[in-house]
Amino acid sequence: MLTLSLILIPLIAGVITLITKNNSAKQLALIGAAIELVLAVVIYAQFQPTADQQFGFSYPWIQSAGISFAGGIDGISILLVMLTAFLTPLIILSTFRQPYKNASTFYALILFMQAALMGVFTATDAFLFYLFFEAALIPVYFLAAVWGGEDRIKVTFKFFVYTIFGSLFMLVALVYLYYQTTSAQGHTSEISAFYKLALDAQKQGWIFWAFFIAFAIKMPVFPFHTWQPDTYTESPTPATMLLAGIMLKMGVYGVIRFVLPIVPLGLQTWGTTAIVLSVIGIVYGSIIAIQQRDMKRLIAYSSFAHVGLMSAGVFSQTLSGVQGALIQMLAHGINVVGLFFIIEIIFSRTKTRNIEQLGGITQRTPHLTVYFMILMLGSVALPLTNGFVGEFLLLRGVYESNIWLGAIAGTTIILGAVYMLRLFQKSMFGAKSTFTEHFADLSFSERAVLVPLVIMVFWMGLYPNSFLKLTEPAVSNLLQMIHY
Amino acid sequence: MVLFLGFQKSKNLLLPATLLVLVLTLIANFANWNDAPSLYFKGMLFENKLTMAFSGIVLLSALLIAALTRGFIDDESAQPAEYYAIMLFSLVGAIMMIGYENLLMLFVGVEILSVSMYVLTGSDKRNLRSNEAALKYLLMGSFATGIMLFGMALLYGATGSFNLTALKAYVLTNPSPSPMLYVGLLMLLIGMLFKVSAAPFHFWTPDVYDGAPTVFTAFMSTIVKTAGFAALYRLLSGSFSGAYTFWWSTLAGITVLTLLAGNITAVYQNSFKRMMAYSSISHAGYLLLSLTAMSAQSQDAIVFYSLAYSLATISAFGVLMIVGKETGVRSHEVKENFNVFNGLGKKNPLLAFVLTVSMLSLAGIPLTAGFWGKFFVFSSVVERGITWILVVAVLMSAVGIYYYFKAVIAAYMREGEAGSIKVPQFYRLVLIITTIITLFFGLLPDLLKGLV
Repeated sequence: MLTLSLILIPLIAGVITLITKNNSAKQLALIGAAIELVLAVVIYAQFQPTADQQFGFSYPWIQSAGISFAGGIDGISILLVMLTAFLTPLIILSTFRQPYKNASTFYALILFMQAALMGVFTATDAFLFYLFFEAALIPVYFLAAVWGGEDRIKVTFKFFVYTIFGSLFMLVALVYLYYQTTSAQGHTSEISAFYKLALDAQKQGWIFWAFFIAFAIKMPVFPFHTWQPDTYTESPTPATMLLAGIMLKMGVYGVIRFVLPIVPLGLQTWGTTAIVLSVIGIVYGSIIAIQQRDMKRLIAYSSFAHVGLMSAGVFSQTLSGVQGALIQMLAHGINVVGLFFIIEIIFSRTKTRNIEQLGGITQRTPHLTVYFMILMLGSVALPLTNGFVGEFLLLRGVYESNIWLGAIAGTTIILGAVYMLRLFQKSMFGAKSTFTEHFADLSFSERAVLVPLVIMVFWMGLYPNSFLKLTEPAVSNLLQMIHY
Repeated sequence: MVLFLGFQKSKNLLLPATLLVLVLTLIANFANWNDAPSLYFKGMLFENKLTMAFSGIVLLSALLIAALTRGFIDDESAQPAEYYAIMLFSLVGAIMMIGYENLLMLFVGVEILSVSMYVLTGSDKRNLRSNEAALKYLLMGSFATGIMLFGMALLYGATGSFNLTALKAYVLTNPSPSPMLYVGLLMLLIGMLFKVSAAPFHFWTPDVYDGAPTVFTAFMSTIVKTAGFAALYRLLSGSFSGAYTFWWSTLAGITVLTLLAGNITAVYQNSFKRMMAYSSISHAGYLLLSLTAMSAQSQDAIVFYSLAYSLATISAFGVLMIVGKETGVRSHEVKENFNVFNGLGKKNPLLAFVLTVSMLSLAGIPLTAGFWGKFFVFSSVVERGITWILVVAVLMSAVGIYYYFKAVIAAYMREGEAGSIKVPQFYRLVLIITTIITLFFGLLPDLLKGLV
């Protein structure tokens, strides 16, 4: 029941927000998201660190096709559920100083998005997963395309068609797998039933590619990333936060949930190719990030590089790789949302995102400087921050699988430091520019967003075990299935 | 099964009477839902749950379209009564096509439907394009019917019967039948494929759809298509299931061609109406896909897909009609382009929402009926195991999303002229109904599936 409420609460809150007046919409949305967070904390407190599915629910839905409305939380989904519940109220809070037209629709779409994301991370039925996977796209598409920047229509359209195109291949793979299952009542679309299929290597190769294209576009992995920088830049910041903070994790989650256990033989043949593509993405994304002047674009490319490392870690099929990916998804979500928020703060005061035009902000803004620095260092993966744990485990995972690829992937730490420090230095230090002459420090609501994020950066950096122990049994169980 | 012949005298009754007749027929159609399959009219017509389901879709579409005609037919013609009568008359044809047990009945049904359509296409008498479209449709249509009739004759020559059951028995008992049978079947298929506008027999579709008054375009693209596919399904699943190995490859080729031609050409259209014409070709492709597969899932898939497609198409044309009219510009170029929808989200949120749902459904996005339609079609193909064709279909659905979303983008993201659009109460009701059914079956497809 708890899991079902996770999906229903934002849905109901979204409908209520939609039908209320514009000026009370944001408060209502925040209340809805806060209730959701409380619920997620309750689940976190009750969650047992075992490999089992917990808080499960299952209702018959489309019986003639063996599809049920079933969900539950296991060690692989718990962190993502927490991430979604934690970030959404902060994303809503981050918009409080910024008026958006048609506010009730705007906030309703954010809540619908949250409901769909919760559905993706908790579904235990393959078709239900697919439905939520697609459904998550529609609210964020409208958020980006209606409230976005000048070039939004073309850019978001590309994003929408591109991602749907990818997921259609996944649909075909799911339908195919569905017809391979056998149970007492005919076929079934439970994900756990897919795990028991042992298809021959050639079929697994095909299914691997169908899944890979779908998830690689979502993450994105090189060379499927071309939609990403433009979409992140043109979207309004809350939509960018949803996209970068939570939605790209759907791709990594999908790989862990579907690709690893269902097509191990396909992975044997093609896994290295996938790691190579991911590693190319890491280096390529980082190098482009170094060249960027627009802060939002810079973070977009850094996000592309980071997700490349996560994907490489997952495809390495090692315990530390998968564990690292899970913890890094949490860390990256927190850091990237914080960084996008800081960019939005700077942009709302100076009306520019070009780092060449900024500078000298630190002088009057001790608070902003400290928060920005902590989040930046977390993103650079300095020890004792959240980024370090994830990147360390991920690099170890890739290294275990292939030393040379591990070494190349390791450049992410150096390159990451280059572009992040450059961003920080150019925008915060140096002489003041005409844009930054009157720069006010953080307001209360802005601090209310950044403080929880910074607390999480340290919590995860100092004591990662409180998260790692939740996921470990489920991950080892999953990996045992692969190495049969 | 109710036949419509009794209503031919209703020429003086207008819209309310037409609607009443349609509602009564719809009720009568489903009244004997639980009866055993039976034959009527000396074994000429057949009725079971499948034919009732198809008749239901046709009648429901006709009812919704007739309800939308208010204020549009009387605009575009002087004699609305005749058009209602012809619409009802054409339904007789459609129902004969669905329920035929004898190939002659199929022929008569096709002719009744087609002749009515020729007239309705040309009903905008003062419009040159409407006249051109009617002539084109008539010339090409009669040619196709001719081929079809010749095919039937050959089939008779090979088997000695027009009866579907007799044909089936013949196909099953003769493992190597005379070539006449195959040639006949092919010609019959060509005729039918022309009617449902499958490539390469689709060249008439865009011009005719574009030229005809929008009400009748909606009528053509839903009713003719549903009836055509019902007829094809009954022919191929019943009589010629024994010859699957012969016809599947032909049909597979045509399917691929139809999907490619419909979707790729639709991308380049500036006129919404022409886009819908090409989109109707592409939907014919998806339905053909299910026919080609002819697996256990196919029947459900075709019924469900026809319903989802008809509802979404009616909503889309309904919105186009009212927006095109309110935009006020009488010339065709402006009236039916994508940019008539510009700023619709502000001018009338309801219409914009209806349009969005119908476009999402046609594009096959989850939580609409169209998604499950595609899902069942794809399932039927996977069940048969023809995977390569599925790859084409999947690629083409991605292309489809591109052109359907052009309308959604126009509605929400492009600025239009200020002002609002008033929608008559009655009209609004129809559009709300189609949208609700589309969303309802998007959430609970099970209610319909497996019923037949």
